[in-house]
Amino acid sequence: MDMKATKKKLGMKERYRILTRDLGWEPGYQSKKAIFPYVEYEGIKVHDWDKWEDPFRLTMDAYWKYQAEKERKFYAIIDAHAQNNGHLNLTDARYLSALKIFLQAISPGEYAAHKGFARIGREFPGVGTQVACQMQAIDEIRHAQTQIHAMSNYNRYYDGFHAFADARDRIWYTSVARSFFDDAMSAGPFEFMIAIGFSFEYVLTNLLFVPFMSGAAYNGDMATVTFGFSAQSDEARHMTLGLECIKFMLEQDPDNLPIVQGWIDKWFWRGFRVLGLVSTMMDYMLPKRVMSWREAWEIYGVENGGALFRDLARYGIRPPKGWDDAEQAIDHMSHQFMLGLYQWSFGTAFHSWIPSDDDMAWLSAKYPDTFDRYYRPRWAHIKKLKAAGTPFKNYGLARLCQCCQLPCVFTEPGDPTLTCHRETVYKGEKYQFCSDGCKDIFEHEPEKYIQAWLPMPALFSELGGDVAAWMDWVSLRDGADNGDYDGSRDQRHFDEWRGLATSNL
Amino acid sequence: MQIDLRTVSIQPQRNAFDHLVRRFGDKPASRYQEGSYDIQAAENLHYRPTWDPEQQLYDAGITRIVMRDWYALKDPRQFYYSTYTLTRARQQDTTEANFAFVESRGLADRLAPELREAVLRLLVPLRHAAWGANQNNTFICGYGFGTTFTQPCMYHAMDSLGIAQYLSRLGMLLGDVDALDAGKAAWLDGPAWQPLRRYVEDCMVVRDPFELFVAQNAALDGLLYPLVYGRIVDDELSARGASAVAMLTQFMAEWFDETRKWVDAVLKTAAAESDHNREVLQGWMAHWSDRAAAALVPVVELVLGADADEAVAAHIAAFKARIHKTGIPF
Amino acid sequence: MSTVFIALQANEETRPIIDAIEIDNPQAVVNRQPAMVKIDAPGRLVVRRETIEAQLGRAYDLQELQINLITLSGNVDEDEDTLTLSWNE
Repeated sequence: MDMKATKKKLGMKERYRILTRDLGWEPGYQSKKAIFPYVEYEGIKVHDWDKWEDPFRLTMDAYWKYQAEKERKFYAIIDAHAQNNGHLNLTDARYLSALKIFLQAISPGEYAAHKGFARIGREFPGVGTQVACQMQAIDEIRHAQTQIHAMSNYNRYYDGFHAFADARDRIWYTSVARSFFDDAMSAGPFEFMIAIGFSFEYVLTNLLFVPFMSGAAYNGDMATVTFGFSAQSDEARHMTLGLECIKFMLEQDPDNLPIVQGWIDKWFWRGFRVLGLVSTMMDYMLPKRVMSWREAWEIYGVENGGALFRDLARYGIRPPKGWDDAEQAIDHMSHQFMLGLYQWSFGTAFHSWIPSDDDMAWLSAKYPDTFDRYYRPRWAHIKKLKAAGTPFKNYGLARLCQCCQLPCVFTEPGDPTLTCHRETVYKGEKYQFCSDGCKDIFEHEPEKYIQAWLPMPALFSELGGDVAAWMDWVSLRDGADNGDYDGSRDQRHFDEWRGLATSNL
Repeated sequence: MQIDLRTVSIQPQRNAFDHLVRRFGDKPASRYQEGSYDIQAAENLHYRPTWDPEQQLYDAGITRIVMRDWYALKDPRQFYYSTYTLTRARQQDTTEANFAFVESRGLADRLAPELREAVLRLLVPLRHAAWGANQNNTFICGYGFGTTFTQPCMYHAMDSLGIAQYLSRLGMLLGDVDALDAGKAAWLDGPAWQPLRRYVEDCMVVRDPFELFVAQNAALDGLLYPLVYGRIVDDELSARGASAVAMLTQFMAEWFDETRKWVDAVLKTAAAESDHNREVLQGWMAHWSDRAAAALVPVVELVLGADADEAVAAHIAAFKARIHKTGIPF
Repeated sequence: MSTVFIALQANEETRPIIDAIEIDNPQAVVNRQPAMVKIDAPGRLVVRRETIEAQLGRAYDLQELQINLITLSGNVDEDEDTLTLSWNE
């Protein structure tokens, strides 16, 4: 046989099919049910896994090659950043609050996504789907590690980073992100995919990474820009996986539509609440700002999300139920969060501050309908209290939403003067919520959400309300990690070191 | 910005993250330590899995192995994503060069037909076994406890996928797409492959992550790799004139040498933890290595014929000696 | 019509890629932001290997895009020669 003459020239798609999908087989010695035990209980019907469309056809040789190139670039910049005191290139050390929140709340989420994708990379019966999920699993541990490595050098010089692993499990605000990822991981494989692959990656991570990382570049933080954009290059694959997966579910069986729609409604709202923290990072924590949260929402929420849901309309999908409430909240949320963070800053392992006159001028230009009317007066009041030597501190117990775990600081849709508060009674217990969206989610799965670990009640039941003991327990160093940036160690160090670095005195 | 020599007075405030100082003392931490220790959520997990409410989200209790500290299962290679990826990218360059060398010189076409047939008959169905290794290591990573133990399993899973893909390319280079189809048919129905396929499928229903680690990474791979890539490809087939094939499987041979050090380290630490662990490991090791040896005999026969029993017996002895050194005599 | 987009890191490697995208997509709008270039196009955007190769002066594998890609939007269809982003409406 003349091998050369008979050998077929394979196209990319066929080659990928052979190198990936053809590796699997119909089991004969064990049942599919025994091998893939979790794939049916959510009610999603799949008739033909071969109909799955592979988003990017990466084989391992290409994966290793391109990822290694990304890694080389990343660590070269991180090393240079550490060697050259790159932290002194920041516009201002206030900015670090955003990174502290990121490391305590978001990086652990990357790790959770790593574990979750490993699980579904095993539990889905289709080889193409499995491989795409496995690549995401290994990418996500990359993200957790590159973030820790990028922030390691900041930890050596600044407060608030040192106890991120303790904060992840114990401090109050991280449970917003923790409960989000725990919620997804405790769901079945298809819901996990909608939660992380679709809602979080496709609809929301652009909001997290793109404008925020551009902001990092603008503020001289090359370490973060590098991990951000480097991670985001993987996200392009992940987002596409999320979108392919949702189309696959919808194409496989019409009965899947209501289940998928329910998950989109749920996970859009869960994700929107988690990303609420990003609004504050963008509007308040970047000393030099690229765009407001409102502007980012217009591009990545309204325009891009809108295009996505118009595309999915052919399957009968409508935009998420909470979309209009979200739209109404956009002009308020960053201000409401920052006011909350400032009043509870005794209990945060990052600093907050009263925005300067320049900051407030920017905020009123970006939020002409809301800032001067609702929020400037509150900042003015807080500023007056501080000037009088009686700074505004709230040691009271924040009422946390049973679902998203944020303090109930948001206002009613349609009435920004009234705090939104919902409650429901389940099996004789009363549960509190920040919004209709969160209450609906609870009522759909009460047995899940009554298990939620609420960090503030824990302070009282386990530590008897002893704030100092609580600080020890969460590894928060009072007077260093927490409180107002103005007068903090971080501020003093940054100003001193920058002075040393830029002058000869 | 001009940074002058006074940077010496810009003093670090601390050496490392708190959790690493607690583990390793007050000194700068390595990137492996930063990227591996205590990065899995440990407390205050919010909800029970709906897929198995008996379990916790991260549950050390789903295996019979008991560790006071799961992070003791350190990877001696200290692989985190970056070092792992850079290592594999370098090896991939070599493998690519090897494939190009064999292809450009038409070395595959120069193999004697019966030799080429023997190679295809043995190696092509193994791409499915490698896929099984991918499935099982993905499982261990997903459900195992503690990052030092689980992250190398994700790397191992991706390596197994890479190996399955190298074997597929080898099949296409020496044969054609038809060779892959024939290999799959043999995997599904050929009598020589059924014990091995049964072994792999039986592993896929083991849901104790550590038992699966023993069954796949220690027992099966510990016999399969030295037998197939060492005894058969490097020794037997090269002697018969198929050294070009050894170039195409160089990655597998090197990979096994590298990864067995990690497997041994994990076994050694787990066995040294307690008599209970040692006994559990002995039981698993005896059970799975017996089955693996029996499953491999007909596969080895495909090339070695009547010499298969002796070859397998020799490798069982070597395997037992290796595992004995980890403190698990069986 | 809905907008599709692709965003790339702003560096020397992406300059010829961005040029190629502009050549193949006259309707595209190039936005230069800190450290990033975002290219928007109404409905559809095509990245062609051959055009990139002409700009680069060397062979180019479209999967190399992965290295400098930041994000994208739209349904993805990729083969050896093109990467297409589109919305169905």
